[in-house]
Amino acid sequence: MSGPGELSIITRGLNLYYGAFQALSDISVGIRRGLITSMIGPSGCGKTTLLRCFNRVNERYDYVRTTGEIIVLGRNIYDPDVSLIELRKSVGMVFQRPNPLPVSVYENVVFGLRIHSDRSALKRADLDVAVEKALTEVGLWKDLRDRLKVKATTLQLEQQQKLCIARLLPLKPEVILMDEPCSALDVEGTRGIEELMFELKGRYTIVIVTHNMAQARRASDESIFMLMGKLVEHAPTEDLFLNPKNPKTLEYIEGRYG
Amino acid sequence: MASTGPTTQRFARTAQAARSERAQKVAKWVFGAMALAMVAPLIGIVTYLLYRAWPSLGWEFLVDLPRKGMREGGIWPAFVGTLYLVTISLAVAAPIGVLAAIYLNEYARDNWFNRLINLAVINLAGVPSIVHALFGLGAFVYAAQFGFSILSASLTLAIMTLPVIIASTREALASVPRAFREACWNVGATRWQTIRAVVLPNSISGILTGIILQVSRAAGETAPIMFTGAVFYKAVQRGDLFPYRLGDQCMALSMHLYTVSTQVPNVKESIPYATAIVLLGSVLLVNATAIAARVFMRRRKRW
Ligand SMILES: Nc1ncnc2c1ncn2[C@@H]1O[C@H](COP(=O)(O)OP(=O)(O)OP(=O)(O)O)[C@@H](O)[C@H]1O
Ligand SMILES: [Mg+2]
Repeated sequence: MSGPGELSIITRGLNLYYGAFQALSDISVGIRRGLITSMIGPSGCGKTTLLRCFNRVNERYDYVRTTGEIIVLGRNIYDPDVSLIELRKSVGMVFQRPNPLPVSVYENVVFGLRIHSDRSALKRADLDVAVEKALTEVGLWKDLRDRLKVKATTLQLEQQQKLCIARLLPLKPEVILMDEPCSALDVEGTRGIEELMFELKGRYTIVIVTHNMAQARRASDESIFMLMGKLVEHAPTEDLFLNPKNPKTLEYIEGRYG
Repeated sequence: MASTGPTTQRFARTAQAARSERAQKVAKWVFGAMALAMVAPLIGIVTYLLYRAWPSLGWEFLVDLPRKGMREGGIWPAFVGTLYLVTISLAVAAPIGVLAAIYLNEYARDNWFNRLINLAVINLAGVPSIVHALFGLGAFVYAAQFGFSILSASLTLAIMTLPVIIASTREALASVPRAFREACWNVGATRWQTIRAVVLPNSISGILTGIILQVSRAAGETAPIMFTGAVFYKAVQRGDLFPYRLGDQCMALSMHLYTVSTQVPNVKESIPYATAIVLLGSVLLVNATAIAARVFMRRRKRW
């Protein structure tokens, strides 16, 4: 294993079953700190499932069973003394459809702070600072500084998706998981999110699931190709797209299935 | 990451997280306790009733007639009477209620007229049963001249259950995702075709549940039938499945329970309890059937 400074997420022999159906088999992967890693593969190959393993949200369903090891930021997340609360603060997720809460922009951004601190410990001034910082970081501050009170669900989709990212930031996450974050957005919106990802790169480890090959090539440093619950190939994006080692990868990126 | 200290400390419970988790655990226990608290009375009631009813319980009790001025014997006429009342009232209320709900949910636009109908439905559901009884007496017994009869009593029960059936059916219809309807409209299906092909098949289990829950209500009410068609005693053939005509008066379980508990002296002690068990048992049986049917239909529907 490389030093903890190298890999943010490591899985070893990870299997996941939905009831009797095995959705992930024997996944061993290492995801680099501070880079953008994309996951590609045909529909139903388990990208979302794998992504959701990294902060243990799959466990919400009681018919899900996981075996193997998942090490996030140097810590096996199945250790009994790992706190799910702390884990999820560090590993945030962005969903396919933007899911801002039906409250104001401001309240969306400070939502995490509010649930993780005592009411008395939160000063209005601190919250204001946190909002400005988070919105600036995702590039929304200029547009929304005068509209912090509007309901977040009335924003444009692109702004909503950025807001969903901003909502994670006050908790100081280190990993951000994105499940097809652009699939509900138009070209402009997609470019906006991609530019934001470049902004965030370095400070955060980003894992993004995408069906858009061009996006994977443009936006990611490393790529993972999955097929039927198995990891087929994991390489720097250039290599994976230009000279894939596995014939199945080649077939997929040439568009022969999926 | 030297700055965060030894990596084994990652994701360790902070004081804040521990507090959150403690609060979460307390909440879970409180909610769980309330859920249990709800089950306890049910078990308590059933056990107590069974215990007190034991000497009378049996097939004989069900099919025999009340004897010696209802002080001994069984409850057959009351049992069949309740079957009549519940069946007829739901046979009237269910179709009307379901069709009205389909209109309100699928066709009606949001205008003042339909809002008025909505308001009427909601308020009708809140009318006390004794008021329904009085209405049934005036409308069916006297105005429509059905007299004191099974027909009047069933119609009164139907009026009483109708608004609730409408409300529960609407809820079931509303739970069918809008996208399914749009898919239909966009291949040129009419609203009626959409309802038949998509809306009803996917909401039928909810609709049926709503209707069947009204069985227990219709079976349990005393006031509406007492005003309109139920009597203390009516002689019928032992075990006869069709002893009544629509124009007859009939006995009913709820009424019989009232009678033997309060109106007749020196009743064999276990008889009121056994009557209650039969009433409760029939209702639970119907509900259990409904749940089974629902589970079966749920399994076929998936989205
Ligand atoms: N909650 C669930 N219960 C049961 N099976 C599930 C569940 N979620 C996913 N699956 C199954 O697990 C497999 C992997 O699903 P997953 O959603 O991870 O695929 P995916 O690669 O994200 O697909 P897509 O590209 O369509 O989003 C699929 O066969 C799917 O049917
Ligand atoms: Mg997916």
